[in-house]
Amino acid sequence: MKYIAAAAMLLASTSVFAATHTVEAGPDAQERLQEALIIAEPGDTVEIGAGRFELTDGLSLDVANVTVRGAGPDASILDFSNQVGSGEGLLVTSDDVVLRDFAVENTRGDGIKSKEADRIVYHNIRVEWTRGPHPDNGAYGIYPVESTHVLVDGSTVIGSSDAGIYVGQSQQIVVRNNNVHYNVAGIEIENSFYADVYDNVATHNTGGILVFDLPSIPQVGGHSVRVFRNFIHDNNTANFAHEGNIVATVPAGMGVMVMAHRNVEVFNNIMADHGSGNILLVAYPNDYDDERYNPYPLNVTIRDNLYGPAGYNPDFDGGAELQAALGGQLPPIIWDGQGSGIRVSDDIGVLSLGLTRLRQPFQEAQPAPADLSEGEGSAELQAVVLPDSMEAALR
Amino acid sequence: MIRALAAMAGWLALVSASPPAPVSDTAIMGDSLPRNLSEFHFFTDDIGHTPNDRVIGYELNTALFSDYALKNRFVYVPEGQTATYNADGVFEFPVGSALIKSFGYPADFRDADSPVRWLETRVLLRRADGWVALPYVWNEDGTDAVLRRAGRRIPVTWIDAQGEQQSLDYRVPNQNQCKTCHSSNDEIALIGPNARNLNDGQRLAQWVDWSILDRAPDDAPRVPVWDDEGDGTLDERARAYIDINCAHCHSRTGSASNSGLFLGYNEMDEVARGILKRPVAAGRGSGGRDYDIEPGHPERSIFVYRMRSRDPGVAMPELGRGMLHEEGIALIERYIAAMDERS
Repeated sequence: MKYIAAAAMLLASTSVFAATHTVEAGPDAQERLQEALIIAEPGDTVEIGAGRFELTDGLSLDVANVTVRGAGPDASILDFSNQVGSGEGLLVTSDDVVLRDFAVENTRGDGIKSKEADRIVYHNIRVEWTRGPHPDNGAYGIYPVESTHVLVDGSTVIGSSDAGIYVGQSQQIVVRNNNVHYNVAGIEIENSFYADVYDNVATHNTGGILVFDLPSIPQVGGHSVRVFRNFIHDNNTANFAHEGNIVATVPAGMGVMVMAHRNVEVFNNIMADHGSGNILLVAYPNDYDDERYNPYPLNVTIRDNLYGPAGYNPDFDGGAELQAALGGQLPPIIWDGQGSGIRVSDDIGVLSLGLTRLRQPFQEAQPAPADLSEGEGSAELQAVVLPDSMEAALR
Repeated sequence: MIRALAAMAGWLALVSASPPAPVSDTAIMGDSLPRNLSEFHFFTDDIGHTPNDRVIGYELNTALFSDYALKNRFVYVPEGQTATYNADGVFEFPVGSALIKSFGYPADFRDADSPVRWLETRVLLRRADGWVALPYVWNEDGTDAVLRRAGRRIPVTWIDAQGEQQSLDYRVPNQNQCKTCHSSNDEIALIGPNARNLNDGQRLAQWVDWSILDRAPDDAPRVPVWDDEGDGTLDERARAYIDINCAHCHSRTGSASNSGLFLGYNEMDEVARGILKRPVAAGRGSGGRDYDIEPGHPERSIFVYRMRSRDPGVAMPELGRGMLHEEGIALIERYIAAMDERS
């Protein structure tokens, strides 16, 4: 009987049969690494050796339940400085994939993209554009999209010309313990449902953490995002995104920005040293043609945060005039005046711009202090719980 | 000596007179990945020019641009079976079918007799559990092509139609990249062989005659030839070009589903077609422009900016385009310029 149980356990554990495909740096790294990512079977590990892998084309993984593991984010480096093909460095299109302990540098487009890749885990990854902020850097560092259950943990992204960690059109998302520096947006949750963003450090970006909802894409109506226990400090890097992208509208010197989203909680964060503001709440600023779309921030709760200096160098239309009118400094929270159900229970100044309709010119703003302490706020949001297999992958 | 040679010639004649082995249904339908292209017996010669029985060459009205490569396309449907006609999408091919496409460059595009260097042959195999896409790379002497699942770059040079010397690190896609384009709802799917792109007035009926296709209705749709000014309207030609070059990813079930930009020939939603649509995740691909298509203004349209780039972080299509398609760009510029400006 015992034997049968033991045999059953052996069968149940894929690791007994799993293979490890080790790839070392050196000549033909492109083909050897790509070949390993193709021949891997579910349950296998692709081990990236220490060293610098000189790559000219994007890599991709389309096999479920594969772990891609390096020797550490400073040891195993996928170097795309001479990339001539593909829109990203690594593309994952299968479920239950774990990416950990390696770096992706200097891709021409996005760093690592995972699309329709459920239960994806990013752990201890570094994505970096090594020359620092530059408009010709790739858009997103870590880029999961159209996925259910996403974990981005303990990773670092530096230099993205759009968002360092960008989660789009997904649901059940955890982004935690990450370091994001010198990106336009440090972390951006866009058109997504149920996200917990916590214990991250966002410094020297244009904006620290963004929660956005945009029209005219398949999943609209972003809701239920919690941003908490983050250290969001000194995000004053001049915006270096290309015009046309929504993040090009983010004013430099911004801690947390919420655009056109529903049910957002911002709490227990430390936010300090932001020229424009520690928090900005706005409606979608552009025209659109999408009847499904809500352009307003609705039901946002801001509570129990610690605030440092902000609003001393506003980087938006009319900001300088406002600053002068208000005696040299704006309140740390700025709301464009649109949307409803916004509650700020922290004892801190809130400036409403008094805009009353979409795309209203700033010249028509009616700036005034606002008391939002009695606002309805967000519905109470539950912690996002990921499948055990994802947390286990970190161990 | 002479007699020996004569005997040998007679022996050769005998050997070549014996009928070639038929296409290997086992290789197509089995669960292994044949290492050499020759194992399929799609061709009766080495280099892949002479198709075997039931391997039929075909062309499309408007084809995907592949860095100016010449393409030879073949379809194989097993004896006793036919593909099923479909007015809108690609035809449904029976298990055991194969689509075969070879890519190569003539030394000189101005000379019709110029020798062609064939680089690769891609095959799509219809197996019981769906399509399988495999890239085969020809060896230097063109005697066989070998499976390269990880893809490859091959330096190639040619003289173009204007007499200019061109060179390119030609990209053979890896097996995953095959699927990136040939993907619908995460399954491998066909792109080209639909009624509108195959229909040249005769081909569909021929396919029925040859027992490749089950039927060919008289009212089958047809898209124009993109570079034939006498065929269709500018709008139709441009949309045919966009359909075959973009819509395999830019569809609701394709690899670019998240973009919201959907470029199928029959897409009705103007914003989805890019008209006054703002970028979502384009990054620096926006080129500082606000809309995918700004009617009347190709110079302000992201669409043209990305067609005009060779930078992999900007260029569209993302895969298989290392060259600019000047003639295609000109067509799309005219198409956008001809649209009425919106206020």
